[in-house]
Amino acid sequence: MSITEERTNNVIGQRMLRREDPALLTGEAKFVNDLAIPGALHLAVLRSPYAHARIKSIDVSDAASMPGVVAVYTGKDLQSTWAAPMPCAWPVTPDMKNPAHYPLAVDKACYVGDGVAAVLATSETASRDALDAIDVVYEPLPAVIDLEDALSDRVVIHDAIGTNTSYTWNLKVESAEGAVEQAFKNAAFTVSERYVQQRLIPMAMEPRAVAAVPQPFGGDVTLYSATQVPHILKVMTAITLGIPEHQMRVVAPSVGGGFGSKLDVYAEELLCVALARKHGAPVRWVEERSENTQATIHGRGQIQNIELAADKDGRLTAVRVRLIGDMGAYLQLVTPGVPLLGAFLYAGVYDLPQAYDFSCTSVFTTMTPTDAYRGAGRPEATYAIEVAMDALARTMGIDPYELRKRNYIKKEQFYDASGNPTGYTAFHGLNYDSGDHLAAAEKAMQHADYVALRKVQATQNVPGARKRLGVGMTSYFEMCGLAPSRVLASLNYGAGGWESATVRVLPTSKVQVVTGTSPHGQGHETSWAMIAAEKLGVAPEDVDVLHSDTAIAPLGLDTYGSRSLAVGGVAIAGACDKVIDKARLIAAHQLECAAEDLQFEKGTFSVKGSPDKAVPIAAIAFAAFTAHNLPDGVEPNLEAQYTHDPKNFSWPFGTHVCVVEVDTETGKVDVLKYVAVDDCGNQINPLIVEGQVHGGVVQGMAQALYEEAVYDEDGNLKTSNLAEYLVPAACDVPPITTDFTVTPSTTNQLGVKGIGEAGTIGAASAVMNAVIDALSGLGITKLDMPASPNNVWKAIQAAQGGNQ
Amino acid sequence: MKVSITINGTTQSHDVEPRTLLVHYIREHAHLTGTNIGCDTSSCGACTVHLDGEAVKSCTILAAQADGGTVTTIEGLTKNGEMHPMQKAFMENHGLQCGYCTPGMVMAAIGLLNENPKPSEEEVRLGLEGNLCRCTGYHNIVKSVLAAANK
Repeated sequence: MSITEERTNNVIGQRMLRREDPALLTGEAKFVNDLAIPGALHLAVLRSPYAHARIKSIDVSDAASMPGVVAVYTGKDLQSTWAAPMPCAWPVTPDMKNPAHYPLAVDKACYVGDGVAAVLATSETASRDALDAIDVVYEPLPAVIDLEDALSDRVVIHDAIGTNTSYTWNLKVESAEGAVEQAFKNAAFTVSERYVQQRLIPMAMEPRAVAAVPQPFGGDVTLYSATQVPHILKVMTAITLGIPEHQMRVVAPSVGGGFGSKLDVYAEELLCVALARKHGAPVRWVEERSENTQATIHGRGQIQNIELAADKDGRLTAVRVRLIGDMGAYLQLVTPGVPLLGAFLYAGVYDLPQAYDFSCTSVFTTMTPTDAYRGAGRPEATYAIEVAMDALARTMGIDPYELRKRNYIKKEQFYDASGNPTGYTAFHGLNYDSGDHLAAAEKAMQHADYVALRKVQATQNVPGARKRLGVGMTSYFEMCGLAPSRVLASLNYGAGGWESATVRVLPTSKVQVVTGTSPHGQGHETSWAMIAAEKLGVAPEDVDVLHSDTAIAPLGLDTYGSRSLAVGGVAIAGACDKVIDKARLIAAHQLECAAEDLQFEKGTFSVKGSPDKAVPIAAIAFAAFTAHNLPDGVEPNLEAQYTHDPKNFSWPFGTHVCVVEVDTETGKVDVLKYVAVDDCGNQINPLIVEGQVHGGVVQGMAQALYEEAVYDEDGNLKTSNLAEYLVPAACDVPPITTDFTVTPSTTNQLGVKGIGEAGTIGAASAVMNAVIDALSGLGITKLDMPASPNNVWKAIQAAQGGNQ
Repeated sequence: MKVSITINGTTQSHDVEPRTLLVHYIREHAHLTGTNIGCDTSSCGACTVHLDGEAVKSCTILAAQADGGTVTTIEGLTKNGEMHPMQKAFMENHGLQCGYCTPGMVMAAIGLLNENPKPSEEEVRLGLEGNLCRCTGYHNIVKSVLAAANK
């Protein structure tokens, strides 16, 4: 289809197949480790086998003399290389403790997997072989793997800060002093629950990989990395290594999933750049899976104490939360901020008065650092409030859906008395721009056939029944689309939350979109082309999307926190508007009319009331290129850059329902049905939206049923590869029923919200509520994740007074 | 040692270390990088290829064991610029997101249909047990394989 052909259909909203797919399906796509880099040296990192140990001595002489080995470095050798320690961009409180963290440990190793030495060799096998020949003498120290033990400072991990507590962060909101206390005193019902968010290993299917290529003259370096954040990585590498920022270029080629684990600045990236500069040769590194489980961040890791107060009808009157956050051994890029991202959501989707008391204390442990993992803080918060709501319903003896209906923020509360959309300003001051929780919940209940299920359950779950049916639900609000820069400032985040886009109409009327987002599976090339095509009235095939290379897309804040569409996609729409504004001036000049007399529709400017006086944007683009006859003051070329700083977070919401059958003899949980009804506002490409929900749901379900990073008491990771850490396979999960309600966002021109994390946010609690529902007749009202056969069976035995 | 393998129709001979795995041979000696490595325990299936017509995890086999054999990798599925029906089914059903597990998943799915041309949904799920995907939740992968089976 050519650009001038009249378009009859809207592009936005179509189930367009992904343009990314052919390269990925045929093996043509290049991931970092697929890049051919002549003359590259290979980096291998020797990692501490101890969770906590003083490094007494390191002898590298044998390793250094092995065939193919070019150099061996210890942390001491490289200490003068670093201009600054590894970055943490989120000092959440002014007094937050952040121990200096370097790419290689110098005096002490603080977790199993902490790098202590590096080998450079002419082949990957030579570099790894040499690791075995490095002789390190350690003085083992006690491991700290329990969060409450860490809090006690029985063993202090970082001598320089003298405590294991990194920070305490509070969010207390009261209508009057003592409101929370008073609400609990006056409550008709209260619940007090303790939940453990087990550590999870993100396990993107592509392990990390890095290649640093020094350019021949002038000190420039190109860093190829399997990263979600090329722009952040560029700035941070420059700062950490003292390289002028304009000499750093970062490229993220095809990236095989991230889920937050590639939202970071890692030791190996800095080592590759530093050693490439030192040796004047390319240096590359690829992570093995069993290395990935230790050297790439973990997610979750919280102990949550949540108390709810409710009146006689079950309406929430106060929420109190005490968290302990597991930071792991060091603070990575946004480690300390993860609990804060959930801090606003412990009242879920409910109409809570100003009686909220949240406090989080985060501690260091001798385990792999934690950081953002799909949902980052929000799945944890949603889990706590939603599982606690079921506990409250049980306490009251009412149906959990009925309890939620009494508490939902109502649709009309998002509007003023005249029906204008005002959003709902919550107790903590953030404005939820839009929502209709009851509509989404009703739809989910219909798909699940809730009423009928309860009847089946009543007949099935009789005493002695081997297989017990359980139904669980979750209603969630996802606070995403990170984020308004001013709000981030109030949370002490070290950067803004804007996104940049450039839209360029080339002389032949093809369009280039340059985005600061950095996809790794989300299909941005397809969706961003659809946005530009819709705005400019061109065919999506005529739009190319450029990204993930700081030399091509110099401005950007990358992809995480379900921000890409709600911030980056909206930036593209804004850039298109600027292109259209400029084109309008040229069109008015050509048509000899006033710019305000022109309308722009389906890619053509025409004079209002005289549709025959018209000029297509293709002709304008060519005129802008030749610049032969432009109006005074208009620059040649049709191009515009726009930076979008969102006015608000994005507030997707929805209800998920899970139906399980628990085999009481084996403890095995079978998910019979999973219904996700999500509302992410207007959808650009429903095909991609559904895919995001499917994947997110299974990741949440995996936390509920399968996954856990298990450490022994000495701090060894027992689940250190894919044979031991149970990432579910196709046969472990059910098909997912997806449906949607559409409540457009009122704070961006596309009416869009995020969707990448919604599934994960909703799923863990929906599944666990179903499992507990199945077992509550046996007296089981609490169960830690994962609800593995072993854990479920033990809980049943304990409840029945049997031997465990 | 010298190893000779026919990959995607071309017979190649290379001197390799005896410990060389087939996947490393494919990637580093035959320079076909479509076959990915996702683990070190033969758990993930990202490296699945066809050896003498059967789907195998190429990290579980030494290049020496494949000596004289015939290997098809993801690059060998395309004929005259046309994707294989399984590749097309994955595209049409959004059966991939990041695409890293995809080459192995497609090779495993073709192997599955070779053995069981009309599988049920449950048989597809069980048949792909050895291939992990972290993005799709498998929903659209299963849909893709069923669609390919019904073509």
